[in-house]
This record gives sequence, structure tokens and C-alpha cells, in this order.
Amino acid sequence: MTKRFGDVVAVDDLSLEVKPGEFFALLGPSGCGKTTTLRMIGGFEEVTSGSVYLGDTDVTDLPPFKRATNTVFQNYALFPHLTVFENIAFGLRRRKTPTNEIRHQVAFMLKLVELPGYEDRKPNQLSGGQQQRVALARALVNNPRVLLLDEPLGALDLKLRKQMQVELKRIQSEIGITFIFVTHDQEEAMTMSDRIAVMRAGRIEQLGQPEELYERPRTDFVAGFLGVSNLIDADVAGRDERFATLRLDGGTLLRAPAAYVNGAPRVRLGVRPEKLRVIALNDDTGDSVDADTNALDGTVLDASYIGVSTQYLVETPDGHKLTVYAQNLETSGAGEVLADGQRVRLTWKPQHTFVIGPAIGPMPAGDAELEEEPQVHA
Amino acid sequence: MPRHWRWLVPYLFLIPGGLWLLAFFVVPMLVMASVSLQTGSLGTGYALTWNFGVYPEMIGAWAPQFERSLWYSIVVTALTLAVGYPMAYTIAFRGGRYKSILLLLVILPFFTAYIIRTLSWKLILADNGFVLGNLKDIGFLDDGFRIIATPIAVISGLTYNFLPFMVLPLYVALEKIDPKLVEAATDLYASRLQAFLRVTLPLSMPGVFAGSLLTFIPAVGDFINSEILGSRDTTMIGQIIQRLFLNNNAYPEAAALGFMLMAAVLALVFIYARFVGADELTR
Ligand SMILES: Nc1ncnc2c1ncn2[C@@H]1O[C@H](COP(=O)(O)OP(=O)(O)OP(=O)(O)O)[C@@H](O)[C@H]1O
Ligand SMILES: [Mg+2]
Repeated sequence: MTKRFGDVVAVDDLSLEVKPGEFFALLGPSGCGKTTTLRMIGGFEEVTSGSVYLGDTDVTDLPPFKRATNTVFQNYALFPHLTVFENIAFGLRRRKTPTNEIRHQVAFMLKLVELPGYEDRKPNQLSGGQQQRVALARALVNNPRVLLLDEPLGALDLKLRKQMQVELKRIQSEIGITFIFVTHDQEEAMTMSDRIAVMRAGRIEQLGQPEELYERPRTDFVAGFLGVSNLIDADVAGRDERFATLRLDGGTLLRAPAAYVNGAPRVRLGVRPEKLRVIALNDDTGDSVDADTNALDGTVLDASYIGVSTQYLVETPDGHKLTVYAQNLETSGAGEVLADGQRVRLTWKPQHTFVIGPAIGPMPAGDAELEEEPQVHA
Repeated sequence: MPRHWRWLVPYLFLIPGGLWLLAFFVVPMLVMASVSLQTGSLGTGYALTWNFGVYPEMIGAWAPQFERSLWYSIVVTALTLAVGYPMAYTIAFRGGRYKSILLLLVILPFFTAYIIRTLSWKLILADNGFVLGNLKDIGFLDDGFRIIATPIAVISGLTYNFLPFMVLPLYVALEKIDPKLVEAATDLYASRLQAFLRVTLPLSMPGVFAGSLLTFIPAVGDFINSEILGSRDTTMIGQIIQRLFLNNNAYPEAAALGFMLMAAVLALVFIYARFVGADELTR
């Protein structure tokens, strides 16, 4: 589907399929069209072109009140003049549910969101987290086929947010309703979702499971948006069954899973900072590197000890700067952090190298072996 | 100021307004109360004789005008609400970037004097003015048809003159309503109409209440519209009070009528507040 506001293309020919019972996240920076996408699914925004299906039913032209979707709004949008009970009962009343049934279901929902006893409060007598729960209950009580959530945790402080993430996940698995969840917080999306669509400028940049997106980002943007990546341009120098050999501009040869390389002569390779190992180079360290390992020499520009790990910034002779997160496994104390200017060798497993190239084919979904055994054929 | 006097500060801010009200509201009220209970004449002078009899006497004498004023004002309030609500709603929700221009248009009539505005309506509604005259010429209206000097003219004039007092508070109340609330209602299976009745309307009640008071209270005491647009059959209590004061020098009678008018307005407002729900006001 596509959405245009005058000249602005908010959502650009986007296609998306969400499975029943799935916890699906739309992730992207501000203004990339997440809310607009969600609003088109909910029926609040007319689709400029394209269609929306709920199961087999085309709901493109149906108003929100005729769609089996419900929404948790960004700032909750609770009715300020109604009590918690009436807020939650709102949808049931519009559908002429018998009073007994309403009382029963509202009580059930309040229990589910852990707010029993709050029936008679007005929304302005609730904390942010409690309002959030009421908004959730108000939507869920209607038993929608899909629940749409627009940054539902955005207004909460960090601690409450973590707590509500767990809570949301629990509620979702308890009732098994499909959740489509909008967020610009990559960590939130990673911890909660079954699958994530990373959006950028109205398009889906990459769609997949959190591990897939993290371990094998397919564009610069995804590599940078989800965590930190070290990216280096290289030429494809050759390939065998398992690995392709990539030559950096300085001549160093590195290897990456062969399946990631697909015909393009020049690619960009990447590796996550926590996959790198740092070894201090002394004069007596030989040049020999284990044949199954990628290695890159450089100099420590900056080291910062941050408790759980030490962060290094390492510069290679040809000017690439790489970030390294070294687990403080072998250090016996803070004293063993490598000094600035120390020559080091970075090593990592070839299968931890990902490749961003111009000619990568579609990604097969759900290959759990991907990380260790790259059997993927594009 | 020492720390333990801090609590005084908010009250200090009340002092200028308090003094103002004391000088221009409380004192005149007491003076009028005293005047209403005096007897005498301009020639012989007045003396406070606690003559409570003037109250029933005035009610007896001017009951029809009294009742008429209340009725007209109720109708005027209802009409301004009926005309003003859609106006305020449209400006608040559909005004877009023209909001401020539209609001300016609403208060534009205030830039001319009240009397001038009302006098111009006299011209517009005149029996052979350019509206009725032309309609009569083409035979659309009977030659005897008239609007001026009828209750319709008075009520129309009042409605026109007080419309901004209704529209502005309504606009303020409606503008505050988050459109997301209406979306939430339609998401929860309310049709557009139900969403309006269940969400927008209740949330705009403070505006309805404020607008009604701002229209009703001055309309009851109005002495201009009926004077200019009406006839002897549309005389309102404000005109009577004005005449008693300024033409007949009947000060006690005029003061007594003024007090009874105030009491009636207060009673009606109180009933209305109970009806609308007073807690809507304080939110
Ligand atoms: N009603 C509208 N009129 C015009 N442009 C709009 C409208 N709504 C959204 N846009 C534009 O569409 C684009 C996408 O907006 P959208 O609200 O979907 O972003 P988002 O991804 O939800 O961002 P955020 O994380 O800040 O909420 C933006 O460029 C925005 O300016
Ligand atoms: Mg948004």
C-alpha cells in the first residue's frame, strides 16, 4: 500500500504479511511512516493505493468501527470523562453486549492487566503505567483479531518500560492475539517481537526475526540502526564452497560465508563489535593466523573500561576505524586494559562476517542455522 | 518575606481584584438594596422605611414583562447554542490554518457599537427595507407582512448580538478535545454520530455551560433590542427598569425589580448547573 499527503509520500508501496498470533514490530526512525502504516491498517487513514486484508477479507474501504482491529494509541487517548470501568466497557456497550456480560468481561480484563479495584477511578487519577494498562484492556476486551499498538511504551520511564515490555509479552502469549507494534526503540523491538520490519522513508528496509536482522543485516541502514556495526568496503577476490575471499583496499584478505556474496565485484563487509577479539601484538607475535580466522591489525586509538566490557576504537593502517567490545574475561582487574597506541590484532570467525552488497537476493525466512552454517542460497 | 508567611502570597494576588469588586459590585449592591427599601420622592427626599411591600407590588405590576424576558432569553440561548455549536465545531476541528481568521470574523461585529449594529438590523428588517420591500415587490410576500416590531425581530436581534459570547467558550472547549479521542471511539465500534454523542459532546459541556451563562444572563436584562426592534408587545424587563430609573425617577421600584431579576437568574442558573452537572465546570 501507498499513502501520500499532498507531495509527501509517507508510505511507499509497502507490502507486509503478518501471521496469526504473531508479535510483529514496525521499527524505524522518526517520520519513516510507522504510524501511517498502522493507521492504514486500523482504518484511520485512507489508503492512497493498495489494499488491506484481514485474513481473507478485504477491509480497505471499511471504517475503523467495522474492522476487527483495535488500537492502543500513542498517548493512550483514554476518555477523560469516563471511569476506568466505562472506558473499558466502551466498545462492548457500542456492540450492545448485555450488562452482566460487560461486568464480567471488564473484571476479567482488569485482572489480566493487574488493575482490579480501579473501576471507579477517572483516567487523570492514574499513573502513566496504569493508564497504559487501561488503554490495553480497553482494546483487548473487544477480542480483536489484530491489536495495533503505536509506541505504547513511549511515554513511560525506562524502568516502567522494561516492566511493561515483559507484561505486554505475557499478555500477548496468554490471549494469543496478533500484535502489530510500532516503536523506534530497537532494543524494545528486539526483545519483544517474533519478527521485525525495519522501515525507512516509507519502505521496508528489511524484514525478519530479530536474530536475522542483527546477525545478517542486508543494508547499511539496518546494520547501523540495530546495534553497532563495523563496515569496510572490499573486492570479491574468489570463492569456494563455504567461503568467499574479500580483498580490502590495503590488500588484506578476509573471508565471509560464500552464500552472502552474489556476483557483485565490490561489496561492503561488516562485523559486530562483540564478535571481535583483541590480541596485543608484540615483536615476537608471528604473522601466522589460524586458517579459519579473519584477522586485521591496527592500533588502539581509544579504550574505555565500562565494567561489563571494554570498548576499544582500533584504527587499521589503511584508515578504517573499528569498534570492539571486549569481554573482560581474561583480565584480572581494570589494570589490564590495553593502552592507547598499542598495536593489536583483531580476529573473528568468518561466519560472523556479513556482507552488504548491491546484488543480494531475497532472504529465505526462518533459517535457524543461519548463524553457524550459512546454507542460504539467494 | 519570612518563610512562614509564604502561604499568604496567593492571597495577596487576590487583593486588587477583591478591592475592585468591593468598590464596584458589593457597595453598589448594598446601596441598591437600601434604595429598594426606601420611600419618598425626588422633591421630598428618600428615607429608609424597610418597605418590603414594593417587591410584591412590582411583581404584580410587571409580571408579563418579567416572564417574557425569561422566555426570550431561554429561546435566545437555545438558538445561539444551535447556531453557535456547529460554527465552533467547524472552526475547532476543520478550521485548519484559517482558524484564527474565522475566530476574528466571529468577533468582528464587536468592532462596531452595539446600538449601531442593532439599528442596522432595524433597517434590514424594515417593512419596506431592501429585503422585505423587494420580496413584497415581486409578490413573494404579502403587503402586510412584517418582522420588525414582532418577537421574532427581538429574538433575532438578541441571538445575533450574543452569538459571539456562545461561540467563543464553545470553541475553547472543543479545541481542547484531542481528535485522537474521537478516533479511539470509532476504533471501539462507535459510529461518527455515537462518537460525537458519547465523547465530543460530553467533553464540550463546560463550553456549553459557560456560553449559555454568558448569553442568558445579559440577554435577560437587555433593554436595547426590544427598544429598537420591538414594540409595546415585546417590552422586556430591562426596558422597564431603565424607564423607571431614568424617566420616572422611581428608584425604589427600579431597584426592587433589579434584585428580583437577579434572584430569578441565579435560581435558573443554579437549576441549570445541577442539570448540566456542576463538576463539568471545574474540570
Ligand atoms: N496528516 C498528515 N499530513 C501530512 N503529512 C503527514 C501527515 N501524517 C504524517 N505525515 C508525514 O508522513 C511521514 C510519516 O509520518 P508518520 O507519522 O507515519 O511517521 P512515524 O514513523 O510514525 O514517526 P514517529 O516515530 O515520529 O512517530 C512524515 O514525513 C510525516 O511528516
Ligand atoms: Mg508515530
